[in-house]
Amino acid sequence: MCRRKLSTGVLLPSSKFFVQGFSPKETLSRIAQPPLDVLLGIRGKDFVLIATSKAFLHGITVVKDTDDKTRALNDHTLLAFSGEAGDTIQFAEFIQANTQLYTMRHSYDLPVSSVASFVRSELASSLRSRHPYTVNMLIGGYDAKKEQPELYWLDYLASSAEIPYAAHGYAQYYCLSILDAHYKKGMGVDEVVGLMKDCHAELKRRMPIDFKGLQVKLVNKDGISELEGF
Amino acid sequence: MSRRYDSRTTIFSPEGRLYQVEYALEAISHAGTAIGILATDGIVLAAERKVTSKLLEQDSSAEKLYILNDNMICAVAGMTADANILINYARQTAQNYLRTYDEEIPCEQLVKRLCDLKQGYTQHGGLRPFGVSFIYAGYDSLRNFQLYLSNPSGNYGGWKATSAGANNASAQSLLKQDYKEDCNLEEACETAVKVLSRTMDSTTLSSEKLEFATVGHRNGKIYLNIWSAEEIDALLKKHGLGKEEKSSDE
Repeated sequence: MCRRKLSTGVLLPSSKFFVQGFSPKETLSRIAQPPLDVLLGIRGKDFVLIATSKAFLHGITVVKDTDDKTRALNDHTLLAFSGEAGDTIQFAEFIQANTQLYTMRHSYDLPVSSVASFVRSELASSLRSRHPYTVNMLIGGYDAKKEQPELYWLDYLASSAEIPYAAHGYAQYYCLSILDAHYKKGMGVDEVVGLMKDCHAELKRRMPIDFKGLQVKLVNKDGISELEGF
Repeated sequence: MSRRYDSRTTIFSPEGRLYQVEYALEAISHAGTAIGILATDGIVLAAERKVTSKLLEQDSSAEKLYILNDNMICAVAGMTADANILINYARQTAQNYLRTYDEEIPCEQLVKRLCDLKQGYTQHGGLRPFGVSFIYAGYDSLRNFQLYLSNPSGNYGGWKATSAGANNASAQSLLKQDYKEDCNLEEACETAVKVLSRTMDSTTLSSEKLEFATVGHRNGKIYLNIWSAEEIDALLKKHGLGKEEKSSDE
């Protein structure tokens, strides 16, 4: 009989239960790797700061310590991603290619809200296919028309929300409380960088794994730039 | 010897023409006139409704003016049956875009999508092209108010004032004469009735023979309005083009 390997590594005999719908085990173990990757985003007064961990993990093994978990979608929109290895880059670059194709076709950049909506709709249709992508994302960008920064939090079940600060993975449990306590509306770059450093320190202190530091990118009206000193 | 080349749209004649496309354009030039005028604060579309019979149930709804989405309307010149297919396609396209991008489709993109479809029928299939020209009026945040004209070949262009259908050459030259840069919507409506009154065959105008629609903004929001018979009659009366009111002692 046909056997189906679940992402946990458990072999189960296939039954009609698996033909359609979720098995309890499958839902829980969609993301095979524990979400050890760090994704953090903070929206400031006229910019968004996005931090991603530099470790490329394979299980608990660190394969690389200079990993870039972000892709620039256009001049003023940055996508950060984590999740199932392979899916992440495949999906992120698919989104990147499509936003760039849009710019080429219509000679105008999609605003951040439209990019987020597009990503959500792609992920939602992927979720209902036979092989859904398991990717969690943060989208940070600056909307030149509305003259405001926007930060979107999206998960692999295609939820999407525009929020002032966001995190994915285990980093949520350590950082959201700090952000809840110290985030203020209309913070400047220095303040937000300070807050991000506090989050970084807490992660280093509390997280049991070495995520090899954070790569931090700033998105504002002038575009995307990397910040040093993390 | 055009016979060999005009039965299929896909074949050029020796002179380099596509007869089926030209015939489609010809069909449109017999349809009721439609005009569109761009103003600083909106756009007006006006169309001539050909009254076929007194016995025909007068539908109060517009026959030649359609709403495509929340910020775009269009006027039809040509075969209504063909237009219905394209309008349905346009509405679907617009909603799909809204669903995907959480934003109304930019006007030119919608026009482009319709024209891509129209163009397809001039190249492959052995099917006839759509016998309709559209005048589109819309608003988007990229380019504000916009007026476009498309024809069966799949060509389109942006205009300040344009016309389609019967007598469109004379309507076009009247528009050229009467169009004022930086006119407001009210002045554009006036120009529209005046141009139509001179290009239409009938001597008296009434809401039975005319259709009007406007796009504009009110309280920072875009509105689309397909005019009611009362609104049209009021406009005609204002410019002294309406029917003479019958005296009550007759």
